[in-house]
Amino acid sequence: MKVVVCVKQTPSTTAAFSVKDGVVSWEDPGGKPNIVNPWDEYAVEEAIKFKEDRGATDAIALCVGDPSSDEALKTCLAMGCTEAVLVSDPSLVGSDTLGTARTLAAAIGKIGDVKVALFGKQAIDGDTGHVPVQTARVLGWTPLTYVSAIHSVDGDSITVDRLTDDGKETVTAKLPVVISVVKEINEPRYPSFMGIRKASKAVIPNWSAGDVGVTGVGPDAAKTDWSNVYPVPPREGEVEMIVADSAAEQARILVNKLFEEKVI
Amino acid sequence: MSGGVWVFVENRDGAVSAISREAIGEARAVAGALGAPLTGLVFGKGIAAVAADAFNLGVDAVIASDDATFEGGRLEALGPMVVKLAKERQPDVIILGASTRGRDLAAWVGADLDAGVVAEAVNLTVDGGTVKATRGVYTGKLLSDTFVKGSPQIITLRSRAFAQAEPTGKTGMPEMVAAVVAEDAIPTKITGFEGKGGKVSLSDASKIVSGGRGVGGPEGFEPLRELASVLGAALGASRAAVDAGWIPYDHQVGQTGKTVAPDLYIAAGISGAIQHQAGMRSSKVVVVINKDPDAPIFKMARYGIVGDLFQIIPALTAEFKKRLN
Repeated sequence: MKVVVCVKQTPSTTAAFSVKDGVVSWEDPGGKPNIVNPWDEYAVEEAIKFKEDRGATDAIALCVGDPSSDEALKTCLAMGCTEAVLVSDPSLVGSDTLGTARTLAAAIGKIGDVKVALFGKQAIDGDTGHVPVQTARVLGWTPLTYVSAIHSVDGDSITVDRLTDDGKETVTAKLPVVISVVKEINEPRYPSFMGIRKASKAVIPNWSAGDVGVTGVGPDAAKTDWSNVYPVPPREGEVEMIVADSAAEQARILVNKLFEEKVI
Repeated sequence: MSGGVWVFVENRDGAVSAISREAIGEARAVAGALGAPLTGLVFGKGIAAVAADAFNLGVDAVIASDDATFEGGRLEALGPMVVKLAKERQPDVIILGASTRGRDLAAWVGADLDAGVVAEAVNLTVDGGTVKATRGVYTGKLLSDTFVKGSPQIITLRSRAFAQAEPTGKTGMPEMVAAVVAEDAIPTKITGFEGKGGKVSLSDASKIVSGGRGVGGPEGFEPLRELASVLGAALGASRAAVDAGWIPYDHQVGQTGKTVAPDLYIAAGISGAIQHQAGMRSSKVVVVINKDPDAPIFKMARYGIVGDLFQIIPALTAEFKKRLN
């Protein structure tokens, strides 16, 4: 049994964005501008655990993205993934979530013998969280989203906890499954020194859209249009500083104002 | 207009959930602008009261299925049901609250119908037959105007971004339909459930009291907890406080925590890194209490106090106690 972890390369969490003529760019003066999507690190950790503790033969990191996404995959290898595959093709640029799901599903089919596909709960750039469920639909597998613990993998069934808006539910499902994980599930390991050395020498295969045999991708197949991106307007109004002789007096003034604002 | 506007109605404790009240309110506006009827989708076990509640909140019609397979809101029961109905009746727009279930269901239905899905809209406008949505991208650091090409246009709405529908007094009879997937054919079984109890969740909270590095340690959250309890507020935290182990992760507000939009957000001892701002930017009134007058979070504030949170917060608690009694 193989497990695949689907990762995305995203801008760093500290990146500062600008938009010029509708084109988004970003920089991160303090660090690397691009990282492994932070939610995906938990999925990578869980994939490695499948190899270490749950009898998986391989923990394969899979990424759809531009050629620079090699870097994200190298981080996954350095953490302990056994293999990495990049699907990169100009025809995929401009795909919507369903196009991306179709591409991931086709690549998972090409890898073969995969019983579990892991995802972070969403990516911090597109922020939809739709790709895990849609990949499951394209594959015909069962989606298990917002998973906070994997209790057991036994023959052809898996038991997990899911954190939903209502609470925590324990669910048993038949394999194969697509799992999206939340932060509660584990503490991702740091890449080891040996891992980093190994990853730096790794040659990551680059599959084209034709290699995985996917159709229904790219801008023409996309059913959503998100071309108009712009900066968030600044918050209106100046901050009003509350100054008084004592904390009690400051509290009295502030509480009055909050009652006037009708937020209490 | 063929099938009009549909709104997915989730139930909680036998009534329409808060996020679905928002969805119905906004769907009413969209249906009005399109000149189309609004239909509520109600699925569950024993849902008569919820269907009646949906009518009262202003839907024109209800399609309902009363079946045990929908209990726990399982996607494998809900997904095929909505897909079948949508194929038969061709709605123009399907609106869902962006709850965990609403998000998953929207993605499922979009995939099966080869339809576009807009996630977590914070504003909707109608332009001809198209619903244009505003949504945050890069965790709210930028905004995007997004729409679906073709139909149905599937849109989820971010929690607390829209006004809840007010009761109208309307009544009606739901159209009952049969579930499409039998229990035996559902590959998931829910074997346990732990509710949240009375705890106010951060994403639903109308008031949040939040602490950061400035609280200094786990015990530093105590005064914040007291203020939160007096206000009926949820307790939030910055990533710095969570990473230090002072408070569990489910309190974290920010890019790798929860995105919140309360009416009142009180930030104490939080400097306001860009990742924290991304998570609380949509709060209506922000109060900042910080020792450092140059803390970036003051830029987000409506009211600011430069001072020691261990003096200001207890003073606020005392003042609120006095005023709320």
